[in-house]
Amino acid sequence: MLLEAIALSDAEWQAITLSLKIAGSAVGWILIPGIAVAWLLARHEFRGKSLLDGLLHLPLVLPPVVVGYLLLLSLGRNGWLGQWLYQGFGFSLPFTWQGAAVAGGVMAFPLLVRAVRLSLEAVDPKLEAAAGTLGANRWRVLFTITLPLAIPGLLTGTVLAFARALSEFGATITFASNIPGETRTLPLALYTLIQTPGKEAAAARLCVLSIVIAMLSLMASEWLARRARQRLQERD
Amino acid sequence: MSESPLDSNNALDCRLRKRLGAFDLDISLTVPASGVTALFGQSGSGKTSLLRLIAGLDRPDAGYVRLGERTLTDVADRTHVPIHKRQLGVVFQEARLFSHYRVRGNLAYGMPPSARSGFDDLVTLLGIEHLLERLPGTLSGGEARRVAIGRALLTQPRLLLLDEPLTGLDGERKQELLHYLVHLTREIDIPVVYVSHDTAEIAAIADHLALVEQGRLTAHGHLDELMMRLDLTDRLGGFDAATRLSARVVDHDNTYSLTRVALDDGQTLRIPAVDQPPGTQIRLRVGVRDVALAHAMPEGTSYRNGITAMIEAIEPSPQEPSANEVRLLFGQQRLRARLTRQACDEMQLVAGKSVVALIRSVAFDFRS
Repeated sequence: MLLEAIALSDAEWQAITLSLKIAGSAVGWILIPGIAVAWLLARHEFRGKSLLDGLLHLPLVLPPVVVGYLLLLSLGRNGWLGQWLYQGFGFSLPFTWQGAAVAGGVMAFPLLVRAVRLSLEAVDPKLEAAAGTLGANRWRVLFTITLPLAIPGLLTGTVLAFARALSEFGATITFASNIPGETRTLPLALYTLIQTPGKEAAAARLCVLSIVIAMLSLMASEWLARRARQRLQERD
Repeated sequence: MSESPLDSNNALDCRLRKRLGAFDLDISLTVPASGVTALFGQSGSGKTSLLRLIAGLDRPDAGYVRLGERTLTDVADRTHVPIHKRQLGVVFQEARLFSHYRVRGNLAYGMPPSARSGFDDLVTLLGIEHLLERLPGTLSGGEARRVAIGRALLTQPRLLLLDEPLTGLDGERKQELLHYLVHLTREIDIPVVYVSHDTAEIAAIADHLALVEQGRLTAHGHLDELMMRLDLTDRLGGFDAATRLSARVVDHDNTYSLTRVALDDGQTLRIPAVDQPPGTQIRLRVGVRDVALAHAMPEGTSYRNGITAMIEAIEPSPQEPSANEVRLLFGQQRLRARLTRQACDEMQLVAGKSVVALIRSVAFDFRS
């Protein structure tokens, strides 16, 4: 009886797997651009650096609905980018799970860049110079010295971005809407239940589920970061 | 550009100008194709800045750097070969080991396939074979520097730059690393530039010396000759100024732990035991205050060594009003002694006079 009560319903499973899929894809597409931008900001001086820095932080300070609306304007079928995507590749993002992944990625991007940038800045440039004197070009220095030494920060940033994408609501509902099985992630499902009279118990279950998933990902990140640090400074 | 006093066969030839705040560096330097060239000067004299310019870590305002036939930097035609293509081995003051690689990984980081065959020998030479699987964080300061030196040498550089490699080590570790370095520089066939502000260190390791003062090169040549120059006394050691003698090991006296060595004119010296087989050339450092002069070898004395020599020059000491600096010649070698002016006058010492230079056996330094 108790097991049956705890067992997840199909709709709940769907929301969870969809959420994980969307958040995973969101992190997947921003990971490399995020590291590249963080490296640019951490290791280079160029004109317009503070402007770029400001633009990157916009999703953190703007209401998510505004971000979702801007995405709709640019990536919608009549938007400048969306039109090109649709006519060129027959591909349309709004109201799809890929669209939800784009929205989650955009919202998570600044968090990822911040964490990665901090960890890249903590890597001693003297080590990079030493690698240079040993014959390594800048790419080899990046992949063999800078990035490996920044791994704890990379992991933290990735988990932070994943959690942000998982909890994304405003931009997602604006840009990708609330379609069951397509874009109805955990937060959206929870919101739907709250709006429905008599579904308080179901809402509470999703609430607990969200907390469990968030805790698990935090613990996973702590564990990974600790392992990485140990590997980097074994018995140091 | 001033003519170099050294051979035309140079590994490195550079002329560099750079303004660093209120400091102005303007140096022309040549580094011979073999041996150790010490870049010597006080802290802040510009030695490390010069090293960084040669390595390509900084760019000069004017001038050039040539490594053999190859131009590494030339401001005039905007040449600046990037650091990783310079084929220079650089060892920094800090070891700068990569904490996420084991010692073996650090050593292999810049190693081309052609250097693999020399890996084991070099590792043995540096005494780091037992450290290969350790992580850098677990190494002592001296061990880490030895790994850093090995790592630089395994890139097969055409020139090795060492920036004060003994700085920050305690006395014993310093001696140990110095021993490895002296040994290493005799084994490898790569010219070395050795930055230091320690005269004893340089006497132990260098063949040539470039004296850097306030961003200028003020003396340049063979170290043995420069150490003989009385006018450089206060720069090259001052109170602790010394002479360097080369000698050949003759035999060992195990009862008293002494080694007999021969100078090039056949005279012998007894020094504390050195762990080298007969026939080995070694270098001895003798402090100018450790040499006494006599008209003849005295009897009943604790002095173990008396070298018959001729006085070549006597000059007042630049920093000590009571003393004279005396330069002695025997065979092809020279030796310096610092005596009171009173002793010189009473013994009626003048240039050209023959004397016996007395040296206590325990005064010899750097038995590597």
